[in-house]
Amino acid sequence: MTVKEILEVLSLKVLAGANLLDKQVTGGYASDMLSLVMAGAKAGNIWLTMQGHPNVAAVASLLNLAAVVVTESSPVDPLTLQRAEENGLPVLTTPLDTFSTAARMAALGIRGTRD
Amino acid sequence: MIPPLIVRRARELGLKILGVTDHHCVENVRAVQEVAEHHGITVLPGMEVQTREEVHIVCLFDDLEQALGWQEMIWSHLPALPNREEFFGAQYVVDSTGDYIRTNERLLQTSTDLSFEEVLALVAERGGLAIPAHVDRSRCSLFANLGMIPLGVKLDGVEISRNISPGEALQKFPALKGLGLVQSGDAHRLEEMTNCTRLRVEHLTVAELGWALRGENGRSVEVIGQR
Repeated sequence: MTVKEILEVLSLKVLAGANLLDKQVTGGYASDMLSLVMAGAKAGNIWLTMQGHPNVAAVASLLNLAAVVVTESSPVDPLTLQRAEENGLPVLTTPLDTFSTAARMAALGIRGTRD
Repeated sequence: MIPPLIVRRARELGLKILGVTDHHCVENVRAVQEVAEHHGITVLPGMEVQTREEVHIVCLFDDLEQALGWQEMIWSHLPALPNREEFFGAQYVVDSTGDYIRTNERLLQTSTDLSFEEVLALVAERGGLAIPAHVDRSRCSLFANLGMIPLGVKLDGVEISRNISPGEALQKFPALKGLGLVQSGDAHRLEEMTNCTRLRVEHLTVAELGWALRGENGRSVEVIGQR
């Protein structure tokens, strides 16, 4: 399943990386602690977080994640989006909370990284 | 942790300087200063701020006036909610003997809406010193919550917790190389107060602490282990 297919079903809004939505999603990871994401998320994962800090783009690029979804309409730093564009990372946003977003993705068949 | 006992413990440990840095509050600083003054111990007024990413930063100032102005600004960045004593405990303001004056009803055990970078910039603007707290901790720390020192951020120094040595910290977090390290206990209880940080400074001011962290002007700081 691609990032584009997921965002269309969930009505996610694209903030960065609009030309990179054909990436295949290998699984999902949800955490707001970046150290845990660095240890636990895998390449191609879609990452759910309420954090919009620029380090989110750095960590996601480092790990070659398929996309980041910032949940609960949390503020996203403009620098985060700039870094995302520079590093070829789609950043999406949703007004839904992380749990609801994950539940909807699970319904589409996206599995957790350790599941 | 009433003022007379804090100062008594400080004297036992041979401390010359204390930072009183309650979570989002400076209302108990003066009481500690009043007791400490009699014993020649400097108390720097300050506050532990929680950023919106839930990172803790120790913010220190030279005088209470600055710290009170800082508190007012920080409170405007906290949600206007009442404290829940059954979860967070009561927030007492006491006098220099430890006697109750009043209760702070505001919710303080939460995050401000300020980012990590914003807090650093605001402290610098006001001539204070910002030290990311217990950076090795698994929660509420720079490395746990933000993964790494943000690009473009210039830190003077960081605090490591009581659970790690400077050597272990440098090994685990190579990005700390070249930064000043302090180990100050983050004491919420008397037995957590420490005396492992040795400062070589001429005056006990925030500016001098900054020099010590950066190793400038012959000032320095070293974590030496408990005595």
